Amino acid sequence: MRDSSRRGFMGKAFGAVAGVGAVASLFAMKKTWDPLPSVKAAGFTTLDMSAYNENELITEKWRGKPIFVLKKSAEMIASQTPVQQERDVIVDGSHYMVAIGLCTHLGCIPAYNTDKKDFLCACHGGQFDFSGAVAKVPPPRGLDIPPFKVDGNKLVLGEVGPEYTKMKESGITL
Amino acid sequence: MAKFTKATSIKDWINQRLAIEKVEKVMGSEYWIPKNINFLWAMGMVLVITFVLLLVSGIFLLMYYQPNIDTAFYSVNYTIMRDVDFGWLWRHIHGVAASVVFLIIYIHMFTGIYYGSYKKGREMIWLSGMLLLVAFSAEAFSGYILPWGQMSYWAGMVITNLFSGGSLHADGLVEWIRGDYVPAQAFLSRFFMLHVLLIPLAILGLIGLHFAALRIPHVNNQDGEEIDFDAESKKYLDGDKKGSKVIRFANDFMSKDMMVAGIYLVFFFYLVFYNYGFAMDPVNFDPADGLKTPAHIYPEWYFLWSYEILRPFSIDIGLIAFAFAQGIFLGLPFLDRSPNAIAANRRGPAFMIWFWLMLTNMIVLTAMGKLPPEDPYSTIGYWAAILFIVQWLALPIITSYEKKV
Ligand code: HEM
Ligand code: FES
Repeated sequence: MRDSSRRGFMGKAFGAVAGVGAVASLFAMKKTWDPLPSVKAAGFTTLDMSAYNENELITEKWRGKPIFVLKKSAEMIASQTPVQQERDVIVDGSHYMVAIGLCTHLGCIPAYNTDKKDFLCACHGGQFDFSGAVAKVPPPRGLDIPPFKVDGNKLVLGEVGPEYTKMKESGITL
Repeated sequence: MAKFTKATSIKDWINQRLAIEKVEKVMGSEYWIPKNINFLWAMGMVLVITFVLLLVSGIFLLMYYQPNIDTAFYSVNYTIMRDVDFGWLWRHIHGVAASVVFLIIYIHMFTGIYYGSYKKGREMIWLSGMLLLVAFSAEAFSGYILPWGQMSYWAGMVITNLFSGGSLHADGLVEWIRGDYVPAQAFLSRFFMLHVLLIPLAILGLIGLHFAALRIPHVNNQDGEEIDFDAESKKYLDGDKKGSKVIRFANDFMSKDMMVAGIYLVFFFYLVFYNYGFAMDPVNFDPADGLKTPAHIYPEWYFLWSYEILRPFSIDIGLIAFAFAQGIFLGLPFLDRSPNAIAANRRGPAFMIWFWLMLTNMIVLTAMGKLPPEDPYSTIGYWAAILFIVQWLALPIITSYEKKV
């Protein structure tokens, strides 16, 4: 400081003011790009699980995202490996695959083939089995399971129930 | 105050205040261009003209386009295409120019690579050019979102998901970019802002930088000759126009640029009137639907090569390979270790092969990216992607063995 001239001091003083201003404006800009509260508070979706038919894929909607619901037939349940079993959502004694219908690679919607009982993602050729686990890369993991809570024969999406917490803790879904 | 005299003419009046004669000299009549350059050097001017076409047609589209998820699709496909007199013309010009501009950019880039025009003081030209490619890519992507058709929506979905970084799961970042969990109104509005204001401003600034970077090293020439511009321009001004290796930019050299531009414009408007289909994806004539992915999602042709480098791998390796492909061209001036800044065909076989292999491979990657992800295409794509990476890793090695010619 001792050596610096008065102009040097003015320059540094301006630099300090401008620095604070720049950080503050970047913060405001970042926050302006955030999703709005109305978007974040997006509601809950309640599904009546008694309405589904076996091996027929139905696409529901939650927070703008497609949700796959697939009721498994007895034969499908019997053929499941432990990995596939863990992903089951059980409501009122029936087994369902419930998952966010967006490929975990880059977010396309995979298509279900009723005969082959698997999903094919047309974007980059990824495949999933009927439980939503990966069968062929590039997808890095099985279809994500949305937060859910079982309520009688209904399923509430967006609420966190004990079954979901268990799946999340054991790393079955993200 | 500076000294002003009574003006002898309008030109003199302006000249005393704005020094237009000086400006004209600096920018045109005494900006020197080598004589030994061919039509490939007109691509820069062709790019400027294409950008102006995009700007003008964009301004007219902007008068009727509505950035709203409920009305955007109809404002483009109904209002602009059917109601507005000549609305189709602006849209076709805009679409064709957005596609053709990349063809010209790629020719311009490979011309630069072939003639070594990114070395010996020309590094900044190359770097600013690559930033222009990035800015144009962002401009084209944001524009593609605007009509809010099926491809708009799903391209928006897939490309923004790239920012989750694979296993990093930066989903918060993706939602921040979109302003929502999925592409919705917030996403359309902000990409509209980017497309019509922020990115075009950035492009204008970068064009300025690109030109400024050309100023001191001047343009390269076919023979990679190091020209002494001061000596050669003096020779020219002293009357030895024949003996000098340079000519004036304006109007002398410009006439050649404009000849090429004329041919280009005839071809361009032929496309606009008779063959615009390639620039309009049929899938995008369906309105956006978040619950239905189109059977095949592929980007516009100019992104296919890098998309194909992403596709054959598992997500993390794919993203790394993709980032590598996007960024590596920036490093070209520093990865090429050879002392020669001359045409590829005179640098010995190694670089010559490298150049033609790179060009061919990028065409192969482009073709494979368009085909569905099945064998044999995915296998060819896989090996082409590997070859692309290997070629870049090999570049510093093969060029450091190159002898000075
Ligand atoms: C300042 C200049 C520009 C303005 C004001 C502008 C404006 C617009 C507007 C309003 C649209 C929506 C209407 C439509 O879809 O046809 C649009 C679309 C588009 N723009 Fe631009 N634009 C500009 C520059 C560019 C540039 C430089 C590129 C690319 C290199 C580009 C690429 C596109 C693309 C690919 C579309 C979608 C076209 C379609 O689907 O028909 N734009 N632009
Ligand atoms: S988005 Fe499904 S495989 Fe890439």
